[in-house]
Amino acid sequence: MALLQIAEPGQSPLPHETRHAIGIDLGTTNSLVASVRQGMSHVMNDAEGRALVPSVVRYQEDGSVLVGYDALKAIAKDPKNTIASVKRLMGRSLTDIAHRENLPLDLVDNPGMVSVKTRQGVKTPVEVSAEILRVLNDRALQTLGQDIVGAVITVPAYFDDAQRQATKDAARLAGLNVLRLLNEPTAAAVAYGLDNSSEGVYAVYDLGGGTFDISILRLTRGVFEVLATGGDSALGGDDFDRRIYCWVLEKAQLKSPPTIEDTALLLLRSREAKEYLSTHPEAPITARLASGEVLDVTIDMATFAEISQMLVSKTLQPVKKTLRDAGLRPEDIQGVVMVGGATRIPLIQRAVGEFFKQEPLNNLDPDKVVALGAAIQANLLAGNRAPGEDWLLLDVIPLSLGLETMGGLVEKVIPRNSTLPVARAQEFTTYRDGQTAMMVHVVQGERELVDDGRSLARFELRGIPPMVAGAARIRVTFQVDADGLLSVTAREQTTGVEAHVEVKPSYGLSDDQITGMLKASVDHARDDAQTRALKETQVDAQRLIEAVRSALTEDRHLLNENEFQLIESDIVKLQTASLSGNRRQITIAMDDLDADCKEFAGRRMNQAVNRALAGKTIDSVEEAMHDLHQVANAPLKEKK
Amino acid sequence: MSVTMTERAAAHVGKALTQRGKGVGLRLGVRTAGCSGMAYRLEYVDDLADEDSVFESHGVKIVVDPKSLAYLDGTELDFVREGLNEGFKFNNPNVKDECGCGESFHV
Repeated sequence: MALLQIAEPGQSPLPHETRHAIGIDLGTTNSLVASVRQGMSHVMNDAEGRALVPSVVRYQEDGSVLVGYDALKAIAKDPKNTIASVKRLMGRSLTDIAHRENLPLDLVDNPGMVSVKTRQGVKTPVEVSAEILRVLNDRALQTLGQDIVGAVITVPAYFDDAQRQATKDAARLAGLNVLRLLNEPTAAAVAYGLDNSSEGVYAVYDLGGGTFDISILRLTRGVFEVLATGGDSALGGDDFDRRIYCWVLEKAQLKSPPTIEDTALLLLRSREAKEYLSTHPEAPITARLASGEVLDVTIDMATFAEISQMLVSKTLQPVKKTLRDAGLRPEDIQGVVMVGGATRIPLIQRAVGEFFKQEPLNNLDPDKVVALGAAIQANLLAGNRAPGEDWLLLDVIPLSLGLETMGGLVEKVIPRNSTLPVARAQEFTTYRDGQTAMMVHVVQGERELVDDGRSLARFELRGIPPMVAGAARIRVTFQVDADGLLSVTAREQTTGVEAHVEVKPSYGLSDDQITGMLKASVDHARDDAQTRALKETQVDAQRLIEAVRSALTEDRHLLNENEFQLIESDIVKLQTASLSGNRRQITIAMDDLDADCKEFAGRRMNQAVNRALAGKTIDSVEEAMHDLHQVANAPLKEKK
Repeated sequence: MSVTMTERAAAHVGKALTQRGKGVGLRLGVRTAGCSGMAYRLEYVDDLADEDSVFESHGVKIVVDPKSLAYLDGTELDFVREGLNEGFKFNNPNVKDECGCGESFHV
């Protein structure tokens, strides 16, 4: 029978309705999977009680695939078919990859993404990652004993669109439903419950096996925004092992040079010594080498501190630079989260504590903290939240979304940095009398003009009933779901005719492009504002001309020849002014036309009232007044 | 009338309650749901109702409402590990039939 878990009061799930979701930390060196059970986030172990899955995949001769510890064992004897650190290849082309000459793999430059030639054929990094994800998914299925509705997978904050897409593709290939990709530092912050704590700026110091990342996050209203990221892609816990290894070789003065096996063994012993030193004052290192020679040395904490001091300060350089990028000083940081096994090293704890002048947060297992946070987020996204608990909103829109209005202007509907999911509606109206269709052009960007933004989609709303300009009410709704998928709906309010389009706003935009677009909007802010004002005035002028023209066609008999000529000449002046692009001139010409039309408007109003009053009830008179009022005051755009 | 739990189950519930930081015990109940008619409820207890029966097993309070007690009398709650999965199991003598997955039952 199914095994049950304790629920919060009143929240026992109905049979078959427990919705399990998992969090996956797909790491460069190691991967983990976690889930929330009984209100707590737990990392799931394998049958032998191990939490980590080494991110290593081996393609074997018999066509089978090994993942994890078993694959790791073979890395020295079968390097070309055993792929480690595949995360470094995700979404990259051959030229993107630094130090590729050091990789033992046969890399193939496929269009779009580099691939690896193995004995089982050419494998893309997506396929290799999918193997790791499959193992994690199997473990989750066995542990939970139930179907999994989806997974949150973490990615480095600096991952660009292609790398994120590759990660999603890998998950899909492994049969996982991706609820969301989550930035690793954000996941760590969530694990510490910082999303529930006070607003402020936090630093996440992540020293993994082979990479170092520092991220500065700002928390506002439960939303984490990544302010800056930095790091060193070739610095990690393994470098500390190598330091000890070098020290051992120097100290032991071996008679014969170490073989490859000796090196592997000594590196393993060095690693064990490093871990032992986190809780003990000294660590013995003993090994029997291939030559039969026995090595026996002891390293103490002071020595370890001395030989690794350089590495520790090497991590602080990117920290300083990243803080500078974010325009912050160490004192501005409200909390420091430690991530990655290597942050257990007391020397690092101390150095980070001194730099930020505060105790770093380290009471959660630094190897697991990212997976734990991802699981918490996954649990919420799966819909398992207590009543009253806030919906966790973690992602923001990188660039504003809006649509084109008359004159090639952008009307922003959802401003940048809005949290996901989000929906905003705004009402627009028609520009011409009897207009029955409207083009909706969806644009992304911070600039005021459509031409400077990025066009995402165009669609047409047809079937608007013919009305005077400005009378139709068209409600345009922008909705962006948790995955960043935008859908835009335009609906004419009186008839209910609707048109709809779906777009992926971030598709194809790299972080650099986004940064570039943001920068341009700041650089051009003043120009844009002026251009916008001019365009708006031009639109207003055109609208006034249209309105007067249509009134003239209808009610010319209310004017004598002189009056008619005066208005006509005002219109011509306004046309000329509008073309000249001088905003002041346009305004003056508009005022003139407006003044000369006052009398005409008054007569038209009287005529309409007289007509309406002839044999009508009070109600219909009011209706007629209302219509007149609308004609007189119709704006092009109504903000709601 | 009684409802009990194994020592292992009690230890697990005790630990879970401590981690949660509040709660007076564990509520066991049944409700009509699922493919075979009834489903178990297993929840933390923050507030006791007047009509609740309270049993104590290995130092942990088990709370049962009177309607559920009729279906649960004699039940022993166990905490078991099945492969990688672990969780609570109801050993209920009243059950005549279970659905395939064991999430619901009838008496």
